[in-house]
Amino acid sequence: MSETPTIVGSSPSVRRRFAALRRIAIVPAFNEERAVAGVIDELRAFDPGLEIVVVDDGSADRTAAVAAGKGVRVLRLPFNLGIGGAVQTGFRFAFERGYDLALRVDGDGQHDPSQLARLLEPVLAGDADIAVGSRFAAEDAGYRSSRARRVGIRLLAQVVSRIVGQRVTDTTSGFQVLNRQGIALFARDYPHDYPEVEATVMVFRHRLRLAEVPVTMRERDGGRSSITTLRSIYYMVKVLLAIFVGLFRRNVVPQEDAR
Amino acid sequence: MTPLAVSIAGAIASFTLVLVVLELIRSRRLRERYALLWLATGITLTALSAWRDGLNTIARWVGVRSYPPAVLFAVGILFILAVLLHYSTVISRLSDQNVMLAQRLALLEAQVRDGATSEP
Repeated sequence: MSETPTIVGSSPSVRRRFAALRRIAIVPAFNEERAVAGVIDELRAFDPGLEIVVVDDGSADRTAAVAAGKGVRVLRLPFNLGIGGAVQTGFRFAFERGYDLALRVDGDGQHDPSQLARLLEPVLAGDADIAVGSRFAAEDAGYRSSRARRVGIRLLAQVVSRIVGQRVTDTTSGFQVLNRQGIALFARDYPHDYPEVEATVMVFRHRLRLAEVPVTMRERDGGRSSITTLRSIYYMVKVLLAIFVGLFRRNVVPQEDAR
Repeated sequence: MTPLAVSIAGAIASFTLVLVVLELIRSRRLRERYALLWLATGITLTALSAWRDGLNTIARWVGVRSYPPAVLFAVGILFILAVLLHYSTVISRLSDQNVMLAQRLALLEAQVRDGATSEP
């Protein structure tokens, strides 16, 4: 772990601690042969000491070959599991191999790795177990999306905020940094389709600390969003059902130290 | 008209279905994804049982004159058909994936065995 990125606003001691941590980037990718190479390059530019694992979620294109050609480890799923199953594969890998920090960055290029420094801050400072990049935490977020989808995201954010008792503005963001406890939780239990909203609630129920960090996201480089207009209805119903039923689950205890 | 006892019995039975499905989700024996159709079934049948005027009106629309609760049966059967058809597609997908998994496992096993014997 020779070089490390500049963590904005952090002291030399935090930077030294960061350099000593085993850190991994988890990059879920489904048919992203055009975008995934760029994401890998940017991750390396951000932090040369970062291990990168691409989870190929049963792509029909050359996603796995492109990623392997870049010299990163590729976990190739035999068929499409959906984003939840794909990402959890990465968390399991990170957990079993004993990584301290996981950086989750989507393979479609919409997350800008140079903004990871901001996400790392609260986790390295010990203020949060999971940091989530939010498109709406800042006023001038400038996130362009269909009106219906923005309204849906806002609505879910309000429901979740009320349940967890902390203001959450973007519950659908997959741009995250997790410490060992966060990795352990998601390695053990992670929702399947459209996972982020339920995962947010799960984090709080397990008494882990979540911090939102304002980020800007880019237009997608290639590929196609997995959420079409028709599926949005299913998405809302399924997620709301899962959240409300989840509230009645017992046996949600704080996790012991992962190690 | 629908007999009151039929409405009450129908509503109780349908609502029980809703509660059972919710409990199955809660205890993680049923995924939300596969529960939605069951919930739609339960909620629709509960509504049709409780809303007596509605059931009578719908019965008149579809030409059922003598015994409106027959509509309850018809709607129930339609939903069960939908659930079964949905499960058929799910089973088809699962069996395809199962074949793929078995093949991948066989290939990996061969690879592991080759790797083990070629070790110096």
